[in-house]
Amino acid sequence: MASNEPTDIVPADDHGTTFTDPGTAVERADAFQNPGLPPHQLRVTDKDPKAAKRAERVIVLLFYVSVIGSVFAMAAYFAFPIKPNDLGSVRLNNVFIGLGLAFALLAIGIAAIHWSKALMDDHEGIDIRHPVAGPPPVQARAVEIFRQADRESGFNRRVLIRNGMIAAIAALPFPAIFLFRDLAPAAGTPAEAYSHTLWKQGTRLTKDPTGDPILASDVTIGSVFHVIPDGLLKSDDMLEEKGKAAVLLMRLEPGDLHVSPDRKTWNYDGIVAYSKICTHVGCPVALYEQQTHHLLCPCHQSQFDITREAAVIFGPAVRPLPQLPITVDSEGYLVAQSDFHEPVGPSFWERRGDYNV
Amino acid sequence: MTTTSDTYNYDPTQPADRRQTGGVTGWASRYVDERTGISYVVREFGRKIFPDHWSFMLGEVALYSFVVILLTGTFLTFFFQASMAEVTYDGSYGPLKGLEMSAAMQSTLHISFEVRGGLLIRQVHHWAALLFVASIMLHMLRIFFTGAFRKPREINWVIGYVLWILAMAEGFTGYSLPDDLLSGNGLRIIAGMVEGIPFIGSWLEWLVFGGEFPGTAIVGRLYTLHILLLPAAVLAFIAIHLVFVVTHKHTQYAGPGRTNENVIGVPVLPVFAAKAGGFFFVVFGLLMAMGAFFTINPIWVYGPYDPSPVSAGTQPDWYIGFADGALRLMPGWLGGPGGVPMEFTILNTTYSLNILIPIVVLGLFIVAVMIYPFLEAWVTGDRREHHIADRPRNMPTRTAIGAAGATFYVVLFAGASSDLVATHFKLSIESVITILQFSLLLAPIAAYFIAKRICLALQKKDRQIVLHGYESGRIVRLPGGEYIEVHEPVDEYERWKLVSFNDYEPLMIRPNAAGRIPATERVRASLSRWFFEDRIEPVTSTELEVAHHH
Repeated sequence: MASNEPTDIVPADDHGTTFTDPGTAVERADAFQNPGLPPHQLRVTDKDPKAAKRAERVIVLLFYVSVIGSVFAMAAYFAFPIKPNDLGSVRLNNVFIGLGLAFALLAIGIAAIHWSKALMDDHEGIDIRHPVAGPPPVQARAVEIFRQADRESGFNRRVLIRNGMIAAIAALPFPAIFLFRDLAPAAGTPAEAYSHTLWKQGTRLTKDPTGDPILASDVTIGSVFHVIPDGLLKSDDMLEEKGKAAVLLMRLEPGDLHVSPDRKTWNYDGIVAYSKICTHVGCPVALYEQQTHHLLCPCHQSQFDITREAAVIFGPAVRPLPQLPITVDSEGYLVAQSDFHEPVGPSFWERRGDYNV
Repeated sequence: MTTTSDTYNYDPTQPADRRQTGGVTGWASRYVDERTGISYVVREFGRKIFPDHWSFMLGEVALYSFVVILLTGTFLTFFFQASMAEVTYDGSYGPLKGLEMSAAMQSTLHISFEVRGGLLIRQVHHWAALLFVASIMLHMLRIFFTGAFRKPREINWVIGYVLWILAMAEGFTGYSLPDDLLSGNGLRIIAGMVEGIPFIGSWLEWLVFGGEFPGTAIVGRLYTLHILLLPAAVLAFIAIHLVFVVTHKHTQYAGPGRTNENVIGVPVLPVFAAKAGGFFFVVFGLLMAMGAFFTINPIWVYGPYDPSPVSAGTQPDWYIGFADGALRLMPGWLGGPGGVPMEFTILNTTYSLNILIPIVVLGLFIVAVMIYPFLEAWVTGDRREHHIADRPRNMPTRTAIGAAGATFYVVLFAGASSDLVATHFKLSIESVITILQFSLLLAPIAAYFIAKRICLALQKKDRQIVLHGYESGRIVRLPGGEYIEVHEPVDEYERWKLVSFNDYEPLMIRPNAAGRIPATERVRASLSRWFFEDRIEPVTSTELEVAHHH
């Protein structure tokens, strides 16, 4: 407060040249002079008492509209109750309570603003600005206080104490970092976890979300199945496992498939299974275009060509979707030959370069 | 109450009573003051002057929507359960009955369908959050384009910038809490991005999610951030932000009577308080109406989170769009499949440039936003305090840089809706993305030049108006048969707005005392040339006189 006492008012340019250096700004001697405030304009409500009276009535009315709005909101709470299992009642409850409150709030707001604009004195007020920095004596005193504190404590003289203190304070946060270690599970590493899914040799392919096994003969050409491993629904970590094990199953004309030599046995009569988890950032690649055999990720529009072992044909993903080697069991149900041969989903630092080689 | 010291006859040894001056108001004021000393504050700030302009409301909208967020959010915490424990839904919403979901999702449905007014408050909370980020960004654009970040307000710009980041973090953490399909996919994307960070990525994801995605910890952790840590930080930064607004006093636009040494406007008591207080109710009322009439985030349509299904046309909340757009526009293969892969393995470790480049580009973009005031101050070398807001046209290069930055942001934002743009306008998704990829590189450059030329043209027009007056539209035929249009001169008040602006010239590079030109000065000089090479000078009184003699 003290700096605003009249005696402390310092002209803005009284701070020495370092504070007022205009840099490369051009200051012209023949620049125009500020003409000063234009004459004050009277409002209609200043000149016409009838207009002022009218404004007053409107403002009063608005405040009472607000009261009515509040009462209406409370009435609506009871008049439009939420009935069990009736979604229409939720809608009415929402709209009418909201309507009452919106009126209550808006009317206060508009009334207060109208009051300030139409009736309150509107003469321009003027404040004088002071430089943000303290005047030189104050600045000098502040610097002096720091020096004094240094002298009296010996902060810079007793260097051993000072350095010891800095070392102590610097060491202190590290235990806190260690305490956060148990945000993650105590055992295992992420790389291990990402590298395995529930698929094992002989695991049946089942429908998502029912868990019914799939007969190879039911997979007609052009059809697509959303697949989860048998036993997933009983798994303790259902969502985590599903997030890795989800698979898309499609049947193409065997002639449409371009199969690389080491994957000759991975499909069953044109039925192929690919990880549904995008190799970009892990969204489910859920959209299948039957005619072109392309898979599209709805999150970032990566596209994979199933005829060419899910190679990326567009978008931000780089790697193909991992293929799940499949076959049929003795009852004709589709089963996995093994787990995926590489980690599914997004890339991570520890991901090796020699999978499927 | 008396205010001047010569008539001030208060005797602290005597008990205050109503018979002293001022009646009830005086008595109550004294009662409070004798216990708080608040009369100093009232004297200093009660008649503090605030300049008036519609664009100054944008920051107010942000503040008021935050108040609405706090009020509605507190209500929601009474019902929401931040738990990922699995429950079977048995509430009012038929289509989800019998489905397994987390307690978080179930309690959000409970708020929406069973708590009276619960859906309203939830929707007001969400709308207010969207408005909070939007108004912060419009406020930042206003500050940027009017140069209100210049000395002494550079630090307050940084504080406001931190509030922008915090607001987005608040939004994203809140958006993720219901554990619905859409927000779960958002988290899945974050987890996937984090995994792609070199060295620490997989462990960072492991720590954040408490193991494999999604785990059972993330909603509870985000909840702690969302209702404790982040709001406390936002409140603290708002407090500092406003203390600085008071310390610096508000900027004002150039106008007659307005100088760098004064503030012209309305006093806090009563006019500003009534206007600003009324405006709070208007903002709250509009948000309430939006909550009543417009559905936002209908999680019951999306269903509970499941890693397998996702529907087409998924969108994040709007303020995350630019980040999502960056991920979408980054090609996995430069030059198409078979070109240069943006992900490769070296020594059995994976480098995901398709993740890393968007993260780095976004990082550089937001850092550029933060440091711009310091960069401009360094280029101009101007150490004066600036309290008169610039008209954007009068700093053409700054305005052009802002236009380029805004365009960059908008293209990223459009990228996040590339699929919707494609379906809406019946285009192929590939062509939309390719066009946006090129736009991301070229449109900011085009915006830069267009904005700069528009500014210079507007400045020239201002000069014309000052020197030759307005075109009046009145055509006069002179005795010689010649037709002319009569120009009306501008009055001195109008003229002042057009001629009172800062004008900088490019830095002349000179050797220092040691006779050398340091490299930093060379950089500064070339930046200064870039900024101020094309410039239109303000009209001077001499020029006007010369013009009048013609």
